[in-house]
Amino acid sequence: MNLPRYRRLQPAFYRLQAARCTACRQVHFPSRTRCLGCGSASMEPVRLSGQGRVLSFARMLHAARGFQDSVGSLTALIELREGVRLVAQLTDVEPDGIGIGQEVEMVLRRLRSDAEQGLIVYGYKFRPVLKRQAGAQAQS
Amino acid sequence: MPAQGTLMRTQHAVGITSYGAYVPRWRVRTEAIAACWGRETSRVPIRAKSVPGPDEDTATMSIEAAQNALRRVDIPPGQIRAVWVGSESKPYAVKPTSTIVAEVLGLTPFVSAADMEFACKAGSEAMQTAIAYVGSGMAPYALAIGMDTAQSQPGDSLEYTAAAGGAAFLFGRAEQAAAEIEGSLSYVTDTPDFFRHAHQHYPQHGQRFTGDMAYFHHSLHATRALLDELGRTPKDYRWAVFHQPNPKFVRRLAKELGFGKEQIEPGFLVPLIGNTYAGSSLLGLAAVLDIAEPGDRILFTSYGSGAGSDSMSIVVTPRLRALRNGVPSVRDYIARRREIGDYGLYLRLMKKIHRE
Amino acid sequence: MRPVSIIGVGQTPVGEHWQKSLRELAVEAVQAALADAGVERPDALFAGNMLSGGLCEQENLATLVADFSGFPGIEALKIEAACASGGAVVRAAHMVVASGAHDLVVAVGVEKMTDLGGDGVTSGLATAADADYEAAHGITFTALNALLMRLYMERYGYARRDFSPFVITAHENGVHNPQAMFREAIDEKDFLDSPMVAEPISILDSSPVCDGAAAVVLCPTEKARSFTERPVQILASATATDTIGLGPRKDPLWFESAYLSAQRVYQQAGVSPKDINFFELHDAFTIVSALSLEACGFAERGQGVRFAQECNIHRNGKLPISTQGGLKARGHPVGASGTYQILEVVDQLRGRAGEAQLGNVRIGMAQSIGGMASVAVTHLLGVEV
Repeated sequence: MNLPRYRRLQPAFYRLQAARCTACRQVHFPSRTRCLGCGSASMEPVRLSGQGRVLSFARMLHAARGFQDSVGSLTALIELREGVRLVAQLTDVEPDGIGIGQEVEMVLRRLRSDAEQGLIVYGYKFRPVLKRQAGAQAQS
Repeated sequence: MPAQGTLMRTQHAVGITSYGAYVPRWRVRTEAIAACWGRETSRVPIRAKSVPGPDEDTATMSIEAAQNALRRVDIPPGQIRAVWVGSESKPYAVKPTSTIVAEVLGLTPFVSAADMEFACKAGSEAMQTAIAYVGSGMAPYALAIGMDTAQSQPGDSLEYTAAAGGAAFLFGRAEQAAAEIEGSLSYVTDTPDFFRHAHQHYPQHGQRFTGDMAYFHHSLHATRALLDELGRTPKDYRWAVFHQPNPKFVRRLAKELGFGKEQIEPGFLVPLIGNTYAGSSLLGLAAVLDIAEPGDRILFTSYGSGAGSDSMSIVVTPRLRALRNGVPSVRDYIARRREIGDYGLYLRLMKKIHRE
Repeated sequence: MRPVSIIGVGQTPVGEHWQKSLRELAVEAVQAALADAGVERPDALFAGNMLSGGLCEQENLATLVADFSGFPGIEALKIEAACASGGAVVRAAHMVVASGAHDLVVAVGVEKMTDLGGDGVTSGLATAADADYEAAHGITFTALNALLMRLYMERYGYARRDFSPFVITAHENGVHNPQAMFREAIDEKDFLDSPMVAEPISILDSSPVCDGAAAVVLCPTEKARSFTERPVQILASATATDTIGLGPRKDPLWFESAYLSAQRVYQQAGVSPKDINFFELHDAFTIVSALSLEACGFAERGQGVRFAQECNIHRNGKLPISTQGGLKARGHPVGASGTYQILEVVDQLRGRAGEAQLGNVRIGMAQSIGGMASVAVTHLLGVEV
């Protein structure tokens, strides 16, 4: 990942910035300048919730260069609350802890394993929604 | 000799508007570390410690803690005018962690940002600075984070406790705060109990010198000076939080100061997750805020090698209850755990296995 | 537009060519095709290739191949459409000849993958997906296909073993192709025992990394007979695209590009799926075969796997596929595979497929798919009447 490209990708990688069509309200991630739904060229930036569910998942046993830590990790096709679908890596979960339909939330993590040598690429991943203890909330 | 005029006063009263914590889910059993180095597994100071995942570092952990703080309240990003991250495990040696945090949170570009370094006191130093920014009127809100993925040399005694985690505190005017800062002070000397050079991977420490001359001396003097200045005694406090290098030190410090077991219990996290360095006392304070009630008074004293302590007196307001809106608590993170007993995997998670 | 025919084909064996470079493979296929066609010098050369820049540090590929084939001076261009490059290069050559711009055009698909190690190739293949939103996240191309396979299994109630007929058939047919990389039959147990690449996709669900080049020579149909007694006419040729990422699609299990390009060729040639005698499909992964069959109208949605289980894809079945091994057993030198498919359809229609020869075939279809079916190139070929 080169530096200018990373800087350009930050709104999407850091905050799931997407584009919403001002005409038909369809949300697009990644952002695009023309709506796939109605063809309108009037789009506005929106920040996605990062809340969604798993439509499908796969366990990678080979990794691309610079992604050694992804060996054995899970990738998922995720549908966000806004109706947007995206593919992302899952984190903080083992294969026996994931299933289709599982609720997940976005977290920011290191994407690549070669961070010690150069630019650290941070970006979105997803994890099963963190469990809250019932007791902690009952005290309020 | 009673300390006089050592309290640091602000122009405006300042409080904790919100807070958030983070602890990674991985725990390594310390008996696995002891077994690797041929030590007696029964003599480990704690049972397990928190370790970052392979894709985590001080920046990602700071971000989640800060997001938790912002999710508890509804404050326009433009009102938060400073982000400071205190840590001794920076992802980059040169390149601020705080700008990454600020960018992800959407606080850029009109925001002050810097990383603080003062061993385990870096987080509370960030808190003092945030208090000053808000107290002077420079910023409506300022964010202070203490976070570490503490490094220890394989085989060193620190390896049993050096852990990962921390917390973020959002400071604002006392009138709207969930807890008010009644007073704070800092106590610093040049005590070389623990240090690391620029090109070293792991710190060196003074073994027993880190006790009486360092941890106890600074924690005791800072706390006593604060109590004297405010005319209070340990009895005036419902809760107390200290820096937590190991369980033994914390128990002894509390006893010497006159705080009872029940006063330190909710913020006493080192037996559960280890020493999170710059995150340690802040995480303890967050755990106390998770359960505190309006009117509760909290004594907070950090310690960082090199050496110094920040001591603060905090009183909870009724607004604290509004912060319990489903954001994960410290205990939620502590309950979330994936325990490993494999020293090889531990080394991998700590990024200690060098690959080319 | 004038009708176009293929008058000659040439190929290298598919495999690990440690002794042959990118240019040597391409030149060998080009010369074999020109010799087969009896053409000395083409008017233009098109090179279909996906990864010459990334894996071999060579762009300006078509110029290189034209030069080393002995034709400096002619028009030459590289055509890239990810894993569909080999089909796209035939499509491009077809348009050029059909338009009247040139008469004699050679289209060569070539890929040299083995010079770079495993994770380098994995990274290279990932460039077929969305670089910023898929590859940059460490999501391999196989993993993307694995997402589709699990979704398909979940939605339609299939088990992994149900996909085995695609693989068993491809390997069975590969035995009869002397140019194929794998010439050994396998059984269901081999399939089930094969190690995972991206669960639920195993090594045997996947096509292999390899090298190879295939070339075809095109000319106007009206002149074809002056070169060969058995020309094969390109009855129809079409390309269609879809979103590059999986995310924005209405249904990830529907290959819109494959559907559109198939509809276009059916319309151009005035045929329907039942008129097709055999189908060289893009069996890069078993799931892709199933979805390709469905998109092209050979099976209903969710029935692609059942279609294979019911023996329709076998060489004696209703729609033989991968008749000379397919991407799975012949091998998948990515940017060359689409050209191999065309060459194999031509061989079948000319009765030159040797032991792999099908009986009584008149219309064959080839479909080359790139990326996550973000692009598909489909051709219908027929023996002249």
